Amino acid sequence: MPRIVFIERGGGRREIDAPLGITLMEVARQHGVQGIVAQCGGACVCSTCHVYVDPSWFPKLEPRDEMEEGTLENALEPRANSRLSCQIHITADLDGLEVTVPERQREDL
Amino acid sequence: MISTILIIGGGQAGAQAIDTLRREGFAGRLVLIGDEPSLPYQRPPLSKKYLSGEMAADRLVFRHQAFYDEHRVELKLGRRAVRIDAAARQVELADGEMVAYDRLLLCLGAESRRLPCPGATLPGVHYLRGLRDVGPIQAGIKPHGRVVVIGGGYIGLETAATCRGMHCDVTVLEMADRIMNRVVAPRVSQYFAAEHRTHGVNIICDTRVVRIEGAGKAERVICADGGSHAADLVLVGVGAVATTELASAAGLACDDGIVVDEYCRTSDAAIYAAGDCTNHPSPRFGRRVRLESVDNAFEQAKTAAFNLLDRPVAHDRVPWFWSDQYDNKLLIVGLTHGHDVEVLRGDPASRSFSVCYLKGRELLAVEAVNHSKDYMAARKLIAERAFLNPEKLADGALGLKEAV
Repeated sequence: MPRIVFIERGGGRREIDAPLGITLMEVARQHGVQGIVAQCGGACVCSTCHVYVDPSWFPKLEPRDEMEEGTLENALEPRANSRLSCQIHITADLDGLEVTVPERQREDL
Repeated sequence: MISTILIIGGGQAGAQAIDTLRREGFAGRLVLIGDEPSLPYQRPPLSKKYLSGEMAADRLVFRHQAFYDEHRVELKLGRRAVRIDAAARQVELADGEMVAYDRLLLCLGAESRRLPCPGATLPGVHYLRGLRDVGPIQAGIKPHGRVVVIGGGYIGLETAATCRGMHCDVTVLEMADRIMNRVVAPRVSQYFAAEHRTHGVNIICDTRVVRIEGAGKAERVICADGGSHAADLVLVGVGAVATTELASAAGLACDDGIVVDEYCRTSDAAIYAAGDCTNHPSPRFGRRVRLESVDNAFEQAKTAAFNLLDRPVAHDRVPWFWSDQYDNKLLIVGLTHGHDVEVLRGDPASRSFSVCYLKGRELLAVEAVNHSKDYMAARKLIAERAFLNPEKLADGALGLKEAV
């Protein structure tokens, strides 16, 4: 199983072995990673599973599609390396992937 | 001193309340009673990727068991609460166990409205509400099997789309003159009807089901106009009713849902309620509403959690809803009630457009089809009670915010 690194709110580091075939959001949610709200549960409509992907990893991921681009515009403080974690599917290539959870998500407002 | 908070109902609202209570520092005893045996799970995929088999059951659960252990949440799953003794502040389970509480949160959800016609209880007639409903539907779906869906609302249409993807012949019977008539504008109904027809679904409106016939199982759906629709499987999606029996038997005020105030308080000072089961005030829209949505369950549960901890927070959010049908995403924000102007933005033929509802110049609601930009902008504008110019709004090239 690929190991995923989440940098949680406040800077804590959490490493989770992720099963193949599920999404990064689901990994975070099942394990209760702080700050991954995932209100819509993966339908790509709420933006509250927003993460920042480590810049060295960002180009290795499948690019964002149009739907994700649209929903990301609603995320708080999106950056060039922003992704919705519900749109990232866990594959063996993602071993070591590091993502940072934003200090705030849209639902916190 | 609040030492025990008891939650009844392990759906979206119950799961969210647990999260917020612990995150906000509640250190006392936290108990969840749920009548389903599964860990709390999300329902929206049940009519879509879970039904089609694309998504496994373990992906539906919000949190793994370890999360509940770590946060000291006592899960009593597959256990049914049968009585609330409000005076003694305890809840009785079906097996006789009594669970005492200082504060109780009811997240009872809603249940499928039953079809009242003859034959509606025949085997082969299904409803789709929980995980346990899906297996029997999957077992009844065969490639090129005939599925008759009664009711052209969200659940009926999402299921119709999924069944088409599973190579079934699908007929949708709708009583009104158009599908989704209670939730979207005619232009949006028209668009989705065309999408379903393009995908091979037979949509029949203005038709009333009078009975279901068959020898020992559902085989035909008969309509008032004489139409007879052969069926291997019948799926009924004719709305839902709030689950209120426990609450009303305990003497709580109920009126199309458990009556709560903006702090999610019921008529009993120690009992709160959140989600589909509530009838609650919407300060933004100035009236009471009962909403069936993930968003409302989530937001009310958060609000309830704060209030359970004696931190007064009022629930005053603009509700939103979504539906996935084929590759279309319908996003709705706000409530249309009381509007007097409807403005179409963009060309439905482009497969991306929206319909705005205004009362005078005040934006009340937006229905966006494959148009997340308008939806996102509308969420903010409706919350701010923005006033817009209907003529400018009709120009789809102009952003919503610019249409002033």
